[in-house]
Amino acid sequence: MNKMAVFLGSDFVYRFKKDKVALVSFSLVVTLILAALLAPVIAPHNPYDLTTIDIMDSELAPIWTDGDTDERFLLGTDPQGRDLLSTILYGMRISLVIGIFAVMLQAFLGVTIGLLSGYIGGRVDAFFMRLADIQLSLSTLMVAIITLAVFQAAFGAELYSELAIFMLVLVIGIAEWPQYARTVRASVLAEKHKEYVDAARVIGMAPKRIMLRHILPNTLSPILVISTIQVANAIISEAALSFLGLGMPVNKPSLGSLISSGFEFIFSGSWWITVIPSIVLIMLILSINLLGDWLRDVLNPKLYKD
Amino acid sequence: MSELAHSPLVEIENVEQRFGGSSGFLSPSQPLVKALNSVSLTINKGDSFCLVGESGCGKSTLARAVIGLNPPTAGHIKYQGNRIDNLSTRERQPYTRKMQMVFQNPYASLNPRMTVAQTLQEPLQIHFPTMSRAEIEAKVEEVMLSVGNDPSWLERYPHEFSGGQRQRISIARALMLDPEFIVADEPISALDVSIQAQVLNVMMEAQESRNLTYLFITHDLSVVEHFGNRVAVMYLGTVCELADTKNLFATPRHPYTQALLSAVPKMDGSGVNHVKMSGEVPTAMDLPSGCVFHTRCPYANDRCKREIPKLKDNGDTQTACFAVEEGRL
Repeated sequence: MNKMAVFLGSDFVYRFKKDKVALVSFSLVVTLILAALLAPVIAPHNPYDLTTIDIMDSELAPIWTDGDTDERFLLGTDPQGRDLLSTILYGMRISLVIGIFAVMLQAFLGVTIGLLSGYIGGRVDAFFMRLADIQLSLSTLMVAIITLAVFQAAFGAELYSELAIFMLVLVIGIAEWPQYARTVRASVLAEKHKEYVDAARVIGMAPKRIMLRHILPNTLSPILVISTIQVANAIISEAALSFLGLGMPVNKPSLGSLISSGFEFIFSGSWWITVIPSIVLIMLILSINLLGDWLRDVLNPKLYKD
Repeated sequence: MSELAHSPLVEIENVEQRFGGSSGFLSPSQPLVKALNSVSLTINKGDSFCLVGESGCGKSTLARAVIGLNPPTAGHIKYQGNRIDNLSTRERQPYTRKMQMVFQNPYASLNPRMTVAQTLQEPLQIHFPTMSRAEIEAKVEEVMLSVGNDPSWLERYPHEFSGGQRQRISIARALMLDPEFIVADEPISALDVSIQAQVLNVMMEAQESRNLTYLFITHDLSVVEHFGNRVAVMYLGTVCELADTKNLFATPRHPYTQALLSAVPKMDGSGVNHVKMSGEVPTAMDLPSGCVFHTRCPYANDRCKREIPKLKDNGDTQTACFAVEEGRL
């Protein structure tokens, strides 16, 4: 209780309340995440329940337009006759799950490798940093496309559509670890020469304990900042892969696969299938990025603006 | 204290420390820095052994070598006759309990993310895993009180304290394991003068009540006079004079020590006759041949440029100087 009061009175909260961009983007992110979490409760239809889908309802326009509309479908329907609003809510869930788990995997790999190469140095450091250079010289999408395409070809689309979420988390998670590893390594290099680390060594602490209990907590703020931005990046990567047909299957669409499925109909006038999920995706990414930028400015006093 | 029968606690034998110098694959060669050159010292039980010298002369390097933070390139360090410079962290455990260190900068030596209680409990948790929570808390409180800290500080973070308070917390951390030997690397040089005396007194009280031996590094000669019973004067990685404090201040023999002592300001205004030295301290990357001090020594002759002097007993003190040996000085 007391800690809560201290937190609410802190400089961090004060600056948050003062910053309109941060307030707006934070409330937008929270709204979107809540909407995604509560999708089964608030969505008017269940897009996964095939018995409720009627092909005769396909490509209905949003209710405020002049075309074919139906009051049951606020934002219209997609080519398969699913309610677009419900599909977007469920799709955002999948996008967020992939984004968050991929970033957790990235953070785990990157923080471990960054701590080890920063603290041990020498050959270990050289090995991991050259590995990071190689990884960074191949773009995330290229690695992901090759891996996912090979997987799909080798094991068939059937198995692939079942394991799609895991595969996407795995591929996006592994492809972006160097971001974390480099940031953490840089902070570790700065921290490890401070006297409190020497003091821990003099006490006879094992290197593992020094890294986890002393150095890691002091490198948390940059980790927090890149985590928000990386979540946005991971969601974009997932959307791009889904758009290319290597992401989520049609029966369990994420935002990206929804955008992609509407793309074929955009010239026949059914613009809403692509445009509305795109707007949701842009709002989500933009607000996460703005929040990340704000967090970076606050946690790094050297960047204080005007 | 020096009249008591000495038993050597820490012996430093011909310790050398080199940094850089290697060139690896794809990395340019770095200059070789000779930070310590064949340093030999013996610290007896109960000593307050002071190490003085100007910045960059290797005082801290020697301290770090003794405590095991940077194992020496060559030479031996013995603790109660057992060699400790080549042990692994695990093999060193019994010695880490007996040897602790107090650092120079109280603002960097406490982990900013840990409360005082966490910082002080940690050494006990590592070395005595079987100790109960209550025992640990009792011990922490006892040590806090013994260095004049209020036990109500325990739940606070380091940034809530002043420099002197932090340094007393650092001392408390060093005392947690009931050590016999404490290396203090300029523990008071980052503090306000009014706080320096307070921290020194805490250290002296701890020495009396716990039979501590200190290796105390400083460049403040008045502190040496007040605190130490033996002094080693270092210049450019070598020990040039080693003596009991009283003798050193009464009859400094080495020309560098004489210059150093003449630079201490005196209250009676008699300190105007500085021994003036010309030039600058040579770099440790390119040591002068022979005696390292010969480039600035007013008494240097050809022999000083060729041969390296060894520490020799000359009655009152031990000096590494040919001029003293040959009676030219």
